Amino acid sequence: MDNQNCSCTNEKKRPTAETTENPDCSCRENQPDQVINAVSCCQMLPTQPSGNTVTRAGRNAHWIIGEIDTPIGIVPVIAPSLNKKDILDGWKVRWGINRMNYKINPGLYGMGSPDQDSPILVSCNYKLSFDALRKELTGLNVWILVIDTNGINVWCAAGKGSFGIKEIVARLIGTRLKEIVSHRKIILPQLGASGVKAQAVFKESGFRVIYGPIRARDIKAFLEADMMISDSMRTVSFTLYDRLVLTPIELVGTIKQSLMIFGVLLLLNFVVKEPFGLIDVGAYVGAVLTGCVLTPVLLPVIPGRAFAFKGWLLGLMGTLAIIAFSHQTISSGISLVGLFGYLLIFPAIAAYYAMNFTGSSTFTSHSGVQKEMRVAVPGLLFSIGAGGLLLLISHLF
Amino acid sequence: MKNRYFKNVVSLKLDKSRCVGCRSCLEVCPHRVFELFEGQSRIRDKDACMECGACAMNCPTDAITVKTGVGCASAILKSIFTGAEPSCECDNSHESDSSCC
Ligand code: SF4
Ligand code: SF4
Repeated sequence: MDNQNCSCTNEKKRPTAETTENPDCSCRENQPDQVINAVSCCQMLPTQPSGNTVTRAGRNAHWIIGEIDTPIGIVPVIAPSLNKKDILDGWKVRWGINRMNYKINPGLYGMGSPDQDSPILVSCNYKLSFDALRKELTGLNVWILVIDTNGINVWCAAGKGSFGIKEIVARLIGTRLKEIVSHRKIILPQLGASGVKAQAVFKESGFRVIYGPIRARDIKAFLEADMMISDSMRTVSFTLYDRLVLTPIELVGTIKQSLMIFGVLLLLNFVVKEPFGLIDVGAYVGAVLTGCVLTPVLLPVIPGRAFAFKGWLLGLMGTLAIIAFSHQTISSGISLVGLFGYLLIFPAIAAYYAMNFTGSSTFTSHSGVQKEMRVAVPGLLFSIGAGGLLLLISHLF
Repeated sequence: MKNRYFKNVVSLKLDKSRCVGCRSCLEVCPHRVFELFEGQSRIRDKDACMECGACAMNCPTDAITVKTGVGCASAILKSIFTGAEPSCECDNSHESDSSCC
């Protein structure tokens, strides 16, 4: 759960009508009895509700620090910096914990003290993205319209259609933004453009779409420059850091397969003459690390275009190193059959995981990945199959 | 060093006769594939295209066509087994700060 129990004492003061999951909340009107104080429970203010609530932020939304009165109701104000919990939760998500359920309630939020002239930024309801955005907005007065993308980031959601014309228009009308601001412009993240037709949004809602910078950290400069944008703000990068933060989730994805493989090796050890040992396990773990971490990190400097090839190349180097190492440490060394088995299987495993990283990269095309796979998939299947067989033979006899 | 993928595989096409030079494609493309030349858009770096479809989506005169799809091997692998269209199952893989705001 995203919301953890709050240790505050005035828990009972919390209004009962409040719900944490209420995706349609923003379109409801005239509910004076159910108005929520959109502050975290620890700071519950005993104030009287003064109007409608435009957005229900959820009861333990610790990142809400106040509220603004607008002509159509109360809008929660969000904190411009992340606290320890935001950061900790963010890292858990990167390791796959609660990753698909890390979302906030959609609707309109305020940053600073926005008024009728303040710009409107559109965001998704994946909290990691939302946090990345709000921590860059310190000192600004803006509205943030959070779209319901099922807790998925803008880019993926645009590809799937949930960050699309229908949702945006419905949210614009539902929050009655026209009564809150006097201008008719919304700023969308540029990476949402693959799901949005700007002209259609204008036709249906009256709001003109402006595509803002790709990176949240450029938004301040973009707004300060009267929404002028530079080429570099428009261009997606895939820096070392970008690649590095994606590696944990790649590793987590291999745990299940790896445990199965270890189980099989353990069982095999009861029947084979030469049991599988530390070298085998080490080579396997090395291959997985090569495909999931080393290849992504070194991606642009490894020769070749295909991800599978890059992974295979590094895997081959690693395997050769392990063979050399085992010849020095084990007196008998690896048999010739086993050696070929090693060379067939471990570079292929690294290649497979490297190929999977295409999904996380920011520059691979569908046609390109198809081209890569036409060669790689049959090749890898054969290599792993034959390598496994050779390895088994070398251990059996 | 720059990340580059294959040459000459991308399905992007621009019909120059339809282009009215509105710059929309220049604005939405995250890989600076287009540039403006004599009042019209032209393809500057085709191999950089990742087939996201943003340009075609936002071109007011439908001058651009591109076969969109996910550039993700595991999604394509899965679709081979299930027979369905490959879709981005690896949600939030583009979660780094750079890809989402
Ligand atoms: S969006 Fe279409 S009409 Fe506008 S510049 Fe690009 S190709 Fe030309
Ligand atoms: S499909 Fe995407 S990457 Fe390719 S040219 Fe169009 S906007 Fe650019």
